[in-house]
Amino acid sequence: MRLKLVPENTSINFLKFHRLAFILSSLLVAGSIGLFAIIGLNLGIDFKGGILIEARHNTGPANISGLRGDLEALGLGDISLQGFGTETDILIRIQRQDGDEKAQIAAIQLVGSTLGSEFDIRRTEFVGPTVGAELAEKGILAVVCALLAIMVYIWFRFEWQFSVAAILALTHDVLTTIGLFALTSFEFNLATVAAILTIAGYSINDTVVVFDRVRENLRRYKSYSLGDILNKSLNETLSRTVMTSVTTLLALVAIVIFGGAVLRDFAIAMIWGVLVGTYSSVFVAVGLLSRFDIKRGDDDDNNDIEKPEYERT
Amino acid sequence: MLQFQLWKKLLVVTVAVMGIIFALPNLIGGDDGVGAGFLPGKQINLGLDLQGGSHLLLRVDVDAVKQERLENLGETLRRDFRSEKIRFSGLAVANETVSLQIRSPEDAAKTKQILTDLGNEYTISNDGLIYRLAFNDAGLATMQTRTVEQSIEIIRRRLDPEGTKEPVIQRQGLDRILVQLPGVDDPEAVKRLLGRTAKLTFQLVDMRISATEAVQRGRTPPGSVLMQSASDDGRSYVIEKRVMVSGEMLDGATATFDQNNRPAVSFTLNAAGARRFGKVTGENIGRPFAIILDGKVVSAPTIQAQIFGSGQITGDFSVAETNELALVLRAGALPAPLIILEERSIGPGLGADSIAAGEIAAVIGIILVAIYMVASYGFFGGLAVGALTVNIILIVASLSALQATLTLPGIAGIVLTMGMAVDANVLVFERIREELSKGRTAIAAIDSGYQRAISTIIDSNLTTLFAALFLYIFGSGPIKGFAVTLGIGIATSMFTAVMVTRLFIVFWVERKRPTRLVL
Repeated sequence: MRLKLVPENTSINFLKFHRLAFILSSLLVAGSIGLFAIIGLNLGIDFKGGILIEARHNTGPANISGLRGDLEALGLGDISLQGFGTETDILIRIQRQDGDEKAQIAAIQLVGSTLGSEFDIRRTEFVGPTVGAELAEKGILAVVCALLAIMVYIWFRFEWQFSVAAILALTHDVLTTIGLFALTSFEFNLATVAAILTIAGYSINDTVVVFDRVRENLRRYKSYSLGDILNKSLNETLSRTVMTSVTTLLALVAIVIFGGAVLRDFAIAMIWGVLVGTYSSVFVAVGLLSRFDIKRGDDDDNNDIEKPEYERT
Repeated sequence: MLQFQLWKKLLVVTVAVMGIIFALPNLIGGDDGVGAGFLPGKQINLGLDLQGGSHLLLRVDVDAVKQERLENLGETLRRDFRSEKIRFSGLAVANETVSLQIRSPEDAAKTKQILTDLGNEYTISNDGLIYRLAFNDAGLATMQTRTVEQSIEIIRRRLDPEGTKEPVIQRQGLDRILVQLPGVDDPEAVKRLLGRTAKLTFQLVDMRISATEAVQRGRTPPGSVLMQSASDDGRSYVIEKRVMVSGEMLDGATATFDQNNRPAVSFTLNAAGARRFGKVTGENIGRPFAIILDGKVVSAPTIQAQIFGSGQITGDFSVAETNELALVLRAGALPAPLIILEERSIGPGLGADSIAAGEIAAVIGIILVAIYMVASYGFFGGLAVGALTVNIILIVASLSALQATLTLPGIAGIVLTMGMAVDANVLVFERIREELSKGRTAIAAIDSGYQRAISTIIDSNLTTLFAALFLYIFGSGPIKGFAVTLGIGIATSMFTAVMVTRLFIVFWVERKRPTRLVL
């Protein structure tokens, strides 16, 4: 007996939902931009500059509230203290100190001596303002360049309509992921940028699989309407879409549960990305494609594509 | 008939065997990271976030050097003009320019000559009798490069005096240095070692005026400056600008104790330094001289007798401080102060925990994916899991062979690849199912399933590869590591899906000759 999440030979009319999906996606994107503008992102020290210290209590649970008082008394400005993963571990974030880099180093030493010998300092990160600005710039550049390269590749391999649809779907994924970070106040750092790019890679992977099938069916079923072809292609690839999403999600869930505190936010972002990427491939990218006037292949072009290679003339 | 040429079979087997050979040192090698003796490969190069260590991005404060060089230049000019008997006034260094005014127009030619003899690193301009001297672009670039390269050399000597720690010390951009030092227990000590330039000079104390008097008047006699004490006693000294002996003339320095059993640093001078020191101390018996470290007076003992090759630096030191001071004095002074722009230090405990967590996540992720694949595709799913195992071996082998750095996000990349790697197999299997449902025979269905799926596999993986490529180009540190594993994972998963699973299936078909296939 086989496990089949998707029954064979489905014939779901996906395009029936595409108006609904557009409204939903528009709301999601508008909401994300709104959240980004109003709440903003909880920028990590990678971009904002500042100090991060991870420490572990040597003997037992860390007394967070007591420690918070001690640290706030240091007068280092905005300081945040939270548990991290286990009850012995704490994570301290300190705003960028006024003055030059020496002031930052002094602050690290001050916190170190306040923690004292009861704590084992496991990680110290400090990012100066110049580097933070550069990292932010590079992160934005990486996302934009990757999107452009993907767009050019799709354009090259398909028609421009496919490229436009794919890039709009990808932008949708990126913007809603940013929206998720604004909504949840998860820390937005370099790993998040990596997550966003991986989400883009995953989502485009999904989209391309469907597009490949659309292209094939466009050539094969000349008499079908565009809508019928899109629906047929989505149904034919549906089993694969679900299968791959589930295997990827299984791997990500393993990271969330067992991968430790550092990777957790990254994996959660990726889970969101897999869900939204799958949704956008099926509903946004293909939905957009249905609005375009797509050139159908010439009649004498690849007529025998239906036959396997060894049967072709 | 299913075609799988002999050379392809050989290729798959060769790659798999090579993969095992290169992956094995990670399993059976020692903890030294070198690998097992009889195997060619090395173990995977772990990133600082996994093995623990310090990553520091430093900026060399070239402006400080520029200022210092211009001030030295001013002193040189003062000497040269005096010996040429050119009368001048208003010698000053301001706005990155040395300027002075000569008294009489007759000296113009001689002045020009002196200035041009200084070398081609400067631009010379004059406005009547006022002459100005500043670095030109080429001179600045040379100075910048030389300063940064000297700094790299000094940093290496300070951080790795025995040459055993394999730190990465690289120039980045114009005036930056990247330091990556694995296995650091005390990152603060590293920062202390880099935090001082350790410029050591011996200069005479100016006796013409007392320090309190100089502070009251707000100025010092020409050729002298006011300097603070290095300890917290608030004293200051009037020090002659002329340097008797400087740190470059040191031959060695070791931590020791003085006659009162207080921590001290003893030093020996090289031949030139000993001659200079002997001459000046001989001429100035009874006068105090100052031992100056990074612009602060450490101590100012009185010269009791002529001193030649060696001496002791005493002051307000702890034993740890004398050890560090001796080390930085041996390594030499930094040409310019270093400013820490970015620091990421990971303790060894956290690194080990991260590896453990990553391994558990990877194993469980793979088991989950394997169960799901077998449940969905039965025997073929099992083949895909076999291919996935080959895939993991190949990823580990590629990372080891390329000596790419595995980081914590990199482990996440591998686990993620596990999930995505089966995608290519899923594409093929789904195709085969479709072909089967059209009533094709088993062999025809398998063959056309592969034929059809392959362009999709290439298209979809190449686009993901673009994302990894740009992460690699623009990312830094751990993120670069993530991009590398993601990229390698995409490449190996394409190979295993298209070649390895297929080879498995070909073997199976050739042995069983199935006419019906249930998938």
